Amino acid sequence: MLHETGMVFDIKHFAVHDGPGIRTTVFFKGCPLSCWWCHNPESKNPNPEKIEDPLKKLSETSKKCGKEIVGREVQVSEVLEELLKDVIFYDESGGGVTFSGGEPLMQPDFLSSLLKECKINGIHTCIDTSGYSSRQIIDVIINNVDLFLYDLKLVNNEDHEKYTGVGNEMIMQNLEYLCELQKPVIIRIPIIPGITETDDNILQLGEYISGLDCVLRVDLLPYNQMGEEKYRRLEKPYLLNNINPPSKERMFQIKEKLEVFNLKVKIGG
Amino acid sequence: MNERVKKLREQSLNSQPTLSLERALLLTEFHKSGVVEKVSVPVARALAFKYILENKKLCINEGELIVGERGPKPVATSTFPEICTHTIKDLEILDTRSKISFSVDKETKELTEELIIPFWKGRSIRDRIFANVESKWKDAYEAGVFTEFMEQRAPGHTVAGKKIFSNGMLDFIEQIKSALNSTNFWDDPDALNKKKELNAMLISANAIMAYAIRYSDYAMELAQKQEDPKRKDELLKIAEVCFNVPANAPKNMWEALQHYWFIHLGVITELNTWDSFNPGRLDQNLYPFYKKDVEEGSLSPEDVKELLQCFWVKFNNQPAPPKVGVTAEESNTYTDFCLINLGGIKEDGSNAVNELSYILLDVIEEMRILQPSSMVQISSKTPDKFLDRALRIVKTGFGQPSIFNTDAIIQEMLIQGKSLIDARNGGASGCVETGAFGKEAYILTGYFNLVKVLELALNRGIDPRTGKAVGFRTDDPEDFENFDDLFNAFSVQLRYFVAIKIKGNNIIERLWAQYLPAPFMSILIDDCIARGKDYNNGGARYNTSYIQGVGLGSITDSLSSIKFNVFDKKIVSMRELLDSMSDNFENNEDLRWKLLRETPKYGNDDDYADEIMKRVFEDYYSVINGRPNTKGGCYRINLLPTTVHIYFGSVIKATPDGRKEFQPLSEGVSPVQGMDTKGPTGVIKSASKIDHLRTGGTLLNQKFTPTFLEDEDGLKKLLYLIRAYFKLDGHQIQFNVVSAETLRKAQKNPEEYRTLIVRVAGYSDYFVNLGENLQNEIIARTEHLNY
Repeated sequence: MLHETGMVFDIKHFAVHDGPGIRTTVFFKGCPLSCWWCHNPESKNPNPEKIEDPLKKLSETSKKCGKEIVGREVQVSEVLEELLKDVIFYDESGGGVTFSGGEPLMQPDFLSSLLKECKINGIHTCIDTSGYSSRQIIDVIINNVDLFLYDLKLVNNEDHEKYTGVGNEMIMQNLEYLCELQKPVIIRIPIIPGITETDDNILQLGEYISGLDCVLRVDLLPYNQMGEEKYRRLEKPYLLNNINPPSKERMFQIKEKLEVFNLKVKIGG
Repeated sequence: MNERVKKLREQSLNSQPTLSLERALLLTEFHKSGVVEKVSVPVARALAFKYILENKKLCINEGELIVGERGPKPVATSTFPEICTHTIKDLEILDTRSKISFSVDKETKELTEELIIPFWKGRSIRDRIFANVESKWKDAYEAGVFTEFMEQRAPGHTVAGKKIFSNGMLDFIEQIKSALNSTNFWDDPDALNKKKELNAMLISANAIMAYAIRYSDYAMELAQKQEDPKRKDELLKIAEVCFNVPANAPKNMWEALQHYWFIHLGVITELNTWDSFNPGRLDQNLYPFYKKDVEEGSLSPEDVKELLQCFWVKFNNQPAPPKVGVTAEESNTYTDFCLINLGGIKEDGSNAVNELSYILLDVIEEMRILQPSSMVQISSKTPDKFLDRALRIVKTGFGQPSIFNTDAIIQEMLIQGKSLIDARNGGASGCVETGAFGKEAYILTGYFNLVKVLELALNRGIDPRTGKAVGFRTDDPEDFENFDDLFNAFSVQLRYFVAIKIKGNNIIERLWAQYLPAPFMSILIDDCIARGKDYNNGGARYNTSYIQGVGLGSITDSLSSIKFNVFDKKIVSMRELLDSMSDNFENNEDLRWKLLRETPKYGNDDDYADEIMKRVFEDYYSVINGRPNTKGGCYRINLLPTTVHIYFGSVIKATPDGRKEFQPLSEGVSPVQGMDTKGPTGVIKSASKIDHLRTGGTLLNQKFTPTFLEDEDGLKKLLYLIRAYFKLDGHQIQFNVVSAETLRKAQKNPEEYRTLIVRVAGYSDYFVNLGENLQNEIIARTEHLNY
């Protein structure tokens, strides 16, 4: 199991917005969705790819603008070693590991081995998922996940398909399934002006979420433009030109709209 | 902050520091009077102290409640010609340099030339030091292998213990007399020296009391002239307070602050002690007075705050005495390193945080001035609430307070052989230095340039910057077969220079004991009175000499680079690497890229580099720790740089870690600027591999963007991060919460950012007052932002 391998594009220490406490976030490479606003475009392709290395541009005299490879096949043991380095911080803060991506459920064997090892070592586990996955895969991992960070974007199925490339039926069914099994879930909604932040969508989301009894909290993640530069470096087109992040006032409005449904809502992760 | 405090604060902030010859002239006059030749050295020093205090100008500033300045007016800074004498050129530099200037008027220059320089030439301790140390010492000093603290400032580094607040000078006089009475000329061969020293202490104690009475009379005189009835009452109160203290033990808050302030003025007038004296555990020392005053209803919490704020201004009115010689050009701070300690634990081991601790944090936040600096002691028993309150000040971005680990401090002292009680009553002072407050002389003797030592090991002892042979002739690096050979050469050079440094210290410490005892300070520090021995001569209960290692990150990365690139991966030959370094990597950017970006670095929780760091630490520790000093104590190490990492970098050519020539070294135990790529947890894990408990202090700088700490969650996670570091026995951590962007703007438009304060090393300073190299270095420190 320790030799199981998977494709990862980053391991970030001191991640403070991916679940409770101080966490280490492991970013899986490969995602079945293609959300227009995705700020991690390097997470989409399940294989290693080239990306321009901005640091190499900073080199004073050489003008070198080199590329680096993003994505690396790693063994479970290697990831585990990185995670164990941070146990003192997990213990102190009630933190742990978050498997994110990309879509961690796209690499079920690797994910499931990692989760098992984490449990053996007493590490709190979160997965940050789009929920777009088969039921069997969820069954395989579910007992070793302490907390789900579950992304919901759009309630209207057509819109969902338009902006993410896939429909939302399976996503919603899986979420309901988690609730049946009483698994704790934090819902994460990316607030994308004109797309997910419309009053209609927010109301529909509120209504839908209020019918679920396993939701601890709803986190609103305001759109940011940090991904745009990465599209350029990957030489990929960026579909969301000329959109500005939502204002603070708008974020508070949305929060209030959701609170009407008796939900606990937080701005930011 | 009320109007009174606002005005006093503004006055302090806006006054241009000047150089004052008042003290120097009085001292010279006294020395010319012929008294000095007739009495013993300690008594002569005490009489000189008395003469200065009897004749110096008094100063009560409009509206102030706590009185007394070292100079004739606020920010007028005394000189100490018996220690080192400014040349006319020094005065011109001080007067005209754009940063940290001291105005020097024409009269001062003339008097310096006519009276001060001719009299003190050859008599100052600096002249005596340079006349006595061996030529190898001078070579190493000039090459920048180490610095020497005691050539321009007195061996200070001590802090008031609690006895100051429960005794008046009259009580100390009783103790001195009793020690004099028990002087035993039959059994004790040292009895005569003791008698001289104790007599000197008596004279000094009387001198400070007489000085306070002068203030009392002066306040009374001003009161009589004063027409505003409110101010008149205040002046009468000042007269009463100065009549009572420091002669008697203080009875209330006001007296306690004024009492301490007279003592502080005494210490910094007697000598210019390095890492200036301070009141130590202020919330503990003042709490009984606070409680009594508030319970009796004689002071409201607002009155307490006002008094404390008036007290704060007094520190800021005393800039550090400016240096002479080369250091006059580069020394860049007005701060004199008073470090107020808050929190920690009590003598009985319980949590010491009290109401006053929180009030003092309010004072720190509102005052937002350079001096005094402040820190909080956090033990595992300290409530999160207190740390949280402190972090809310940290996040406003002026670098204070810094955060210390009480549990580590106590263990450090126990390892050094101090009693548990003395350890619990102690803390940290200066930048980060651990000490038993009121009971220890912990002298920093000089910074030690670890990276220069490696450079010399790579050049067979010849300084590549000057071509001069300053080190030991170790083997040709091309003949090194493996990393151990290299490390061995480093180790040989290290031992060679530490020996030179300690031999020098053994001379210098004796010169101070012989020529410049400090009888006034000796009254304050246990057990000088009981032993009849001077503070500068081993009178303190504990006597520790430190040599502060600098450049831990840079030396680790440099060694790691050679191990990785030359010996393990064979990416480059030793010859090619040395040649590229000597060309400052001009024609080899690709190699430099590999050295910078593809080599294991300290600060990322990577054992490849961190094991090398540990090996350097062990070597440095083993060659210094435990060696005897001349005062019955021994040598210890600590790891802190103040600003010397800039100077030390400026004497080193390009290094194997990819650093370009003359660039700054890493500071404290922080990673090389920009080389910590795994975030703050990686830094903390690497730094915690240092065995902090075997040091007398380490300094870790971290930089966060203001946005990170804006939300409650970020702040909480910072708190956890600190708790984790302290669980791992980390000694200290401090934060700059200001964005690189703001700093760059400030660099371009200094006028607009005049009040921007940043954390430098163990202290904060105005960013615009820092040298450009230091500004760039702070900007280059890795910023933790978008997590």
